[in-house]
Formats: sequence, C-alpha cells, structure tokens
Amino acid sequence: MSSLYEEVSTAPASDVPVRRVTININGENRTVDVEPRLLLAHLLRQGLKMTGTHTGCDTTNCGACTVLFDGRPIKSCTMLAVQADGHAVQTVEGLATASELHPIQEGFKAEHGLQCGFCTPGMMLAAKALLEENLNPTEDEVRWALSGNLCRCTGYQNIVKAVLWAAEKMRAQAGQE
Amino acid sequence: MYPSRFQYESPKTVAEAVALLDQGAGEAKLLAGGQSLVPMLKLRFASPAMLVDINGIEELRYHRFDSDGTLRIGALCRHEDLEKSDIIRQKQPTISAAAPLVADPIVRTRGTFVGSVCHADPQGDWAATMIALNGRIVAQGPKGRREIAMKDFVLGPFQTALEHNEIAIEAVIPAPQGVAVGGYIKLERRVGDFATASVAVALDVVGDKVVRAGIALGGVGSRTIDASDAAAALVGQPLTDATIAKAAELAAAAAEPRSDHRGSADYKRHIVATFVSRLLNQIHSSKEAA
Repeated sequence: MSSLYEEVSTAPASDVPVRRVTININGENRTVDVEPRLLLAHLLRQGLKMTGTHTGCDTTNCGACTVLFDGRPIKSCTMLAVQADGHAVQTVEGLATASELHPIQEGFKAEHGLQCGFCTPGMMLAAKALLEENLNPTEDEVRWALSGNLCRCTGYQNIVKAVLWAAEKMRAQAGQE
Repeated sequence: MYPSRFQYESPKTVAEAVALLDQGAGEAKLLAGGQSLVPMLKLRFASPAMLVDINGIEELRYHRFDSDGTLRIGALCRHEDLEKSDIIRQKQPTISAAAPLVADPIVRTRGTFVGSVCHADPQGDWAATMIALNGRIVAQGPKGRREIAMKDFVLGPFQTALEHNEIAIEAVIPAPQGVAVGGYIKLERRVGDFATASVAVALDVVGDKVVRAGIALGGVGSRTIDASDAAAALVGQPLTDATIAKAAELAAAAAEPRSDHRGSADYKRHIVATFVSRLLNQIHSSKEAA
C-alpha cells in the first residue's frame, strides 16, 4: 500500500461490472454505481467526499470508521458498499443541524473528549447507538459500549465523561418535551 | 486495502444461494456477517471469484426454542441478538455468557453465530460453546439437508466438513435433560483480542446430579479441545469440591497449549484449571442459592 488512502474509483472502466445502489445517507437518498468490492468506508470518503468517517486500522479493530447502519453501529471498513443498498446509513456529518451541535458533540467539546480527533467520529456514533437504547447509562455501560473503539490519545477518561454529559443533557431535553 | 474483484450475488432464498454456490464450483464464498471474511478479502487471504451475500434472506435471522427445548440458531442470527436475548439468558446460560465476549460490541452487531462456527478459527468462542453443548450444524445443499455433529464439523483450522455447494443454515443445540446450567470465561489481553485461553462449561442437571456434561477449551491448541474426560468425571455425580477439583485437573491435562506472546504453556494450563473450577463453583453456588 503506497498511501493511507487508496483511490478506488466509483466510476470504473466500462468492462468492470458495477451495481447501481441507493443508500439513504443522513436522511438523503444517494444513488451511485459501485464496483462490488468497494468498501462502504471508501464510498463515503472517496466517492461521496464525506470525509468525516475516518479509516484507521483498516482491519476491523479500531472502530474509527464506525457509522450507524439502520441505527446500529457497524465498522464501515468491513462492509461492502453494495451491501448498503436500500439501507440507511448515518455518519458524523448527520449529527449536527445547520445551527446546533448534537448533544454528544457538545459533550465532547465540554469535557475535552478528544485530542487529535481521529477516533472521535466513530466514538460519537457508537455513543449515539448506546444512548438511543439507554439514556441513563452507568460509567461501566459507557465503557462497555465504547470498547470496540480505540483512542490513542485521551486514555478514555474524558470520552466517557463526554458521553455521560451528553446523556444528562439528552435526558433533560427528553424531560422538557 | 480493498478486495480483489469478484462477482457479487445477493440471492433472496436459500435455494437460490445453494444454486449459486453450486455454479461457483468451489470458487464461490458465502458472505454472512462478514466480520472475518471481509478482512480476509482485504488482506487477500481469500480471493473468491464470486461472493454470495445471504444478508437479504431475512428469514435466516432467528433464534428460537422448539417446544421440547431444542435451540435453533439461524444463519443470520447476529452475536448481538444472542447477547440481548432474554430467553437465551433464561434457558441457555452457556451461550448467554459467551455472547458478550465475542469480539467487540460493534463487530457483534453484524457478525453471526453460524458464520463464526463456519470460520473454524481454533480460537473462536462459539466453537467451544458448540462442543460443550453437543451442538450440530444443519447444512443445505443441492441434494437437500443433512446434520453434522460439531465434533465432526471442524476438520482443522479454518476447514469444515461443508461441501462447496452447501450452506450452514442453522445451528442446533439439543434440549437439556433436566436443567441447563453453564458458563463461559475467556482471558483476553484486551477487548476484541483472541483468547489466551477460554473455557466453556455446559451441564444438564437433575436435582443434585449432573446427567450430562460438556467442557471445551479454546486458545489452548490448534483446534477447539473437547475435554471429554473432564466432562465424564462429572456425569452421575453431584458438584462437590472433590468432583470439581478432578474435572479441573483433567481439563488442564487435555489442553495442548503452546508458549507464545500471550503466555507460557504452563500458564495457559493453569488458567484452564482455574476457569473450569471457577465456572463449576459458580454453578454450584448459584444452585445452592436457588
């Protein structure tokens, strides 16, 4: 491998069979022709220029490429883009609205839940999947839910605090409604 | 990294999938959860001409108990489905204990029980539970279905008894005679690592007596080890300090560990004895409490 990110064209030469797929990404249907071997992480980053999803280890270990697939967290470097046909994918780009950060993003900011930021998109989506199932997690439950995501900077303390901060804010918001 | 080129097929029925595998004549590979296969494709340890993706065959995503207590786990049942299942927690504690220890939480949303058994990694968690529970695999091929006992299913590391045109559509765990009790412990250096050593224990108990026992060891040999002598020492006996110590000793003797960066052979043998004894003591004390 000559560089960290390899170009995989989403418009391959005409003799290569492609599949037309429609994937709902952050609420918007995107239709693309993909070669079956293209990974979802590469479609997002190189094909659709959504570089918020990071590829770290590229071997299903680190969780930096985590996105939500029909609401559940998956490692997008370990799924083929064709497999997402007809499914909903949420990436870090889908967290904030035009005017407001998502409470999880606010939590990472307030509690200094990142240093270099490389693992952060995956951490936030894994956290979102947890909070959608359990808005009142214990510290242990947060650590458990994030145990598939590696961070080499923070020592995890502030990431856990950030998720607990977000949970509290989201509980408060839910209480107001 | 990205895989080499392949033809991609996404059948909607098992029969269609079998026909595609048959047509692939040994050059086609089945894709379920993909949590082992996709990394292997990327590393080019595998470069099949065709991938047959069964994720569209939704009816394969199930786990259910027959009225007689037989557990059936479909080919698309994800690790997470078993981890979260109340009925598994109540009725099949060995599987319930192992589910949260497979890989990491994100891999568990996608990876499948049956796929993991078919991957036949000697360090895989589910192979140990399948052996301890005396499970079998239902394979469907062009000529119909057959059942393969777990002890005959894995032929060697990453090799199974499946023919190239057969699909493992279901894992079957026989109904217990009496009450199923058991557990699974794995020593790993960090979440998601392969086991330094792991132990699965599954007992069928009537009153005080063990009427059937299975003990399997992972990570301590080139295959998942069936510690059948250790299990046999428990059958017909109540769990006591003496029977537990005997089973732990025999299980350690059955292990075939190698010294490596995860620990010395002696250390791993010691862990096996400790885990067998810990699991049996847990079962014993929870029975006393009940």
